[in-house]
Amino acid sequence: MASQVMTSWGNVIRTPHVVVQLTDRLAPFPDVRNRNGVLPFGNGRSYGDSCLNTGGVLLRTLCLDKFIAFDPTNGVMACETGVKLSDILRIAVPHGWFLAVTPGTRFITIGGAIANDVHGKNHHVAGTFSRHLRRFELLRSNGERLLCAPDQNAQWFAATIGGLGLTGLITWAEIQLRRIPGPSMAVETIRYENLGEFMTLCAESDLDYEYTVAWVDCMAGGARLGRGLLQRARHAPGSKAAARAPRSLSVPLMPPCSLINNTSLRLFNTAVYHRQRRARVQTQVHYESFFYPLDGIRNLNRIYGPRGMYQYQCVIPRGADQDGIAALLAAIARSGLGSFLAVLKCFGDSPSVGLLSFPRPGVTLALDFPNRGERLERLLRTLDGIVAAAGGRIYPAKDGRMPGSLFRSGFPQWERFTDFIDPACSSDFWRRVMRDR
Amino acid sequence: MKKVLIVGAGSAIAQAVGRIFAARGAALCLAGRNTPVLEAIAADLRVRGAQLVHVENFDANALATHAQLLVGSELLLGGLDTVLIAHGTLSDQQSCENSAELTVRELTTNGVSVVALVTLVAQRFECRRAGTIAVISSVAGDRGRRSNYVYGSAKALVSTFLSGLRQRLRDSGVAVITIKPGFVDTPMTAAFPKGPLWVSPQRVAQGIVRSIDRSAAVTYLPRFWRPIMFIVRAIPETIFQRLKL
Repeated sequence: MASQVMTSWGNVIRTPHVVVQLTDRLAPFPDVRNRNGVLPFGNGRSYGDSCLNTGGVLLRTLCLDKFIAFDPTNGVMACETGVKLSDILRIAVPHGWFLAVTPGTRFITIGGAIANDVHGKNHHVAGTFSRHLRRFELLRSNGERLLCAPDQNAQWFAATIGGLGLTGLITWAEIQLRRIPGPSMAVETIRYENLGEFMTLCAESDLDYEYTVAWVDCMAGGARLGRGLLQRARHAPGSKAAARAPRSLSVPLMPPCSLINNTSLRLFNTAVYHRQRRARVQTQVHYESFFYPLDGIRNLNRIYGPRGMYQYQCVIPRGADQDGIAALLAAIARSGLGSFLAVLKCFGDSPSVGLLSFPRPGVTLALDFPNRGERLERLLRTLDGIVAAAGGRIYPAKDGRMPGSLFRSGFPQWERFTDFIDPACSSDFWRRVMRDR
Repeated sequence: MKKVLIVGAGSAIAQAVGRIFAARGAALCLAGRNTPVLEAIAADLRVRGAQLVHVENFDANALATHAQLLVGSELLLGGLDTVLIAHGTLSDQQSCENSAELTVRELTTNGVSVVALVTLVAQRFECRRAGTIAVISSVAGDRGRRSNYVYGSAKALVSTFLSGLRQRLRDSGVAVITIKPGFVDTPMTAAFPKGPLWVSPQRVAQGIVRSIDRSAAVTYLPRFWRPIMFIVRAIPETIFQRLKL
């Protein structure tokens, strides 16, 4: 079988893989023997190495893209693992249904959404994606097909959710959608001055709004540390104007170097922060502009140039959150590294289902960094130290470099999880975080 | 509401065409050999908006069953206005060279069975003076090449047959559409190394539906194949025979 160079969304790792295209959910587990094992691969939107398996096999699931059933009366939808969230929305929204939880891109597969137990701007009320997962089928390399649900094969259910594709192949899944009055969102954007204000505003908004998230000016320090724009929103009955989907653009080619640097960043962030003259602006927008502003630009990751980028997403547990986030933001502002995409969100209390689910009560910070080699790694190590000291964790779906010790301290259930790893499965991520054990 | 029969509905291209028609709320009859796979596709097309989807077990090489398929699908759909013929196998050229039997079987599957079925469809549509017959032929049928001339000659039969049929049915208002895809990245071609000329079945499917909507006569998909094949056909045989294509 021919070897193919594969990469993830971060574009840092480009390594050879044997790629096997799956086309039939009823087919047996692919019989491929390989020293590095196999790993299911959806649409490749994980940022680091959790979706890669260098020198091994990737089972591409994008062609497992059939719907199985959809009941517009109760919003239960079943589909194969490679169906993308964008496909689900295209079918569901006209019937008045929406994903109960959606991350910031709709171009991920449902299998990937489960394997990373993704979260969204409504975590404080809805929990993670898998809270709304009714069941799925897990195909193990020994040929066993396990129907997993909260009350059936519950241990496998918990291990596979957030299980990074290591427990076997999810062939199909059934989810519960949620009702919406239309494709529009009523959004209020509030400019706030610093981190303390964010915390107050967030606590207040989370009571009344289903969706809250903040964009942070990661270049601002001192008294302005953590300043940004908080968006809070809810689904709204659609007016025609707001119901139009935004136009799609594209980054047509890879620039020779990253377009994101200290100068462009300062200009951009200041401009965004002052974009709205009033402190509060209310608008009605199409759900795509609210949930997926960056999906509108195809190949957006190219702006970071051929060296690619890292995303750093961590959660600082409640209690330590304000100090922890302040320390992180201060370190980032001091370094002058960072990007136009820095996001703050308060996680709610809803317990995550998966053994390795990322969200926990506290505040999560996510940032993109153009890959600057050692200089960036030094900053990220500083951030690691702050996260570890606060008892926080880093999101595997976004990670391509965290030390194994930080993974293991952040996810104390990892040892229980290893019992459920399929003997045929492995990944670059897993080998990396287990190496120094 | 369009009433469409898709023969060879399990193929990747046919499946993608089915999705476009399903999104438009068409009624579909899916014919093919692998019933469990077709049932899964049918469920998918229902979710995607098809009014009605039926599955018919059908083996194109069982020529005697062709009439039954047409009658059956017309009954199930309550009429029939479009037939897309998409079945086929990618013959292994070398095995064919060593077996006359296999060669004949490949010619039957990819050529004779199509001609037989189209003949029956044409009869029905002609007396109704309406309907669209779309058939997936191939650029491979434009000129025989050493690497796949068995498959190519079956497709040449199809293309030539359709060309004559189109002339005959022109005045009856029946559209006859020859689709000539180039390299399409499907399970049928999974073993081939892929280059820049390869396209997705989705893209080919969009082209097919566009051709059906416009009743185009001969469509190359993607369109750049038309000039390429024009040149390939224009090469004098004395030179062509020396090429390793």
